[in-house]
Amino acid sequence: MFPIHHFLYLGALLFCAGLIVVITKKNMIMVLLGIELMLNASNLNLVAFNQFHPGTINGQMFALFVIIVAVCEAAVGLAIVIQVYRYYQTSVPGEVNELSD
Amino acid sequence: MNMTTFLFYFFEVVAAASSIALIFIRNVFYGALLLISCLLALAGIYVLAFAEFIAVTQIMVYAGGILVVIIFGIMLTTKISGKPLVVEHTYLFSGALAGLSLLGLFIFYISKEPFDTNPISSSTGINSLNTIGIGLMTDFALPFEVAAILLLVALIGAAIIASSTKTKKM
Repeated sequence: MFPIHHFLYLGALLFCAGLIVVITKKNMIMVLLGIELMLNASNLNLVAFNQFHPGTINGQMFALFVIIVAVCEAAVGLAIVIQVYRYYQTSVPGEVNELSD
Repeated sequence: MNMTTFLFYFFEVVAAASSIALIFIRNVFYGALLLISCLLALAGIYVLAFAEFIAVTQIMVYAGGILVVIIFGIMLTTKISGKPLVVEHTYLFSGALAGLSLLGLFIFYISKEPFDTNPISSSTGINSLNTIGIGLMTDFALPFEVAAILLLVALIGAAIIASSTKTKKM
C-alpha cells in the first residue's frame, strides 16, 4: 500500500487546479471541466481513505455515487450552456448579464 | 523500485501535469483532451488503491460519456470559422490567490497530520467486486434507487433544456 500522503497531495493539487480553472477561464465549457476536476479530487480522497478499512466498501460506494452525480451535472450543464449559446450567441459567462429580453 | 511503485508515481505525475497544463491551456479542445488524460491516470491510481470497480466506472463514464458530451458541446458552441476556439483569462490575480492559498493550506495540514503510514498491508482476501455487488443490493439499495431516479431526471431535463428552440436575441 502506498503512503496516503501522496494520494492526498495529488487530491489537493487537482482540487486547486480545478478551482483556478473555474475562476480564471472565460468559457463556460472550461468552467465545467474545472468542476469535473474538483469532483475527481474528492473521489481520489474517498478511494484513498477506503484503504484504511480493507473489509468495507463505504468509501468506494460514495465515490461511485459522486461519479453518478458528476455525470448528471455534466449533462444538464452542457445542455444549459448550449441553450445559453443559442440565445445570447456567446459562451463567455461574463457577457450573459441580463435575465430576459 | 518495483513495477507497481513506478506505475503509481507515473500515474501521479501524469495526473498532476495534465491538471496543471489545464490551467494554462487556451484551446478548449486541448483542454478536454488534457482532462481525459488526467481522468485516465486517476483510473490507474484507483486500480493501485484496490478500487478496481471505481476505475472501470471512471474509464467508461468519463472516456465514453463525458468526453463525447463535452466535445459535442465544444462543437455546438463555436462559430464555424476554421480557426480554433481560444479562451481568454480573467481574474488572474484572484484565481491564483484563491487556488494557491488553498493549496498551501492543504499541504500544510496534510504534512502536519501524522496519518498511520503503515496500515493493514493490503485488502487481500476480499473480493472487492463481489462485495460491491452485494452492497448495492443490501446496504446501499436506497442510494442506488435514488441515483437511478436522479439519472432519469437528468436525462429528461437535459433533453428538454437542449431541445427547445427559442428565437434568438437580436
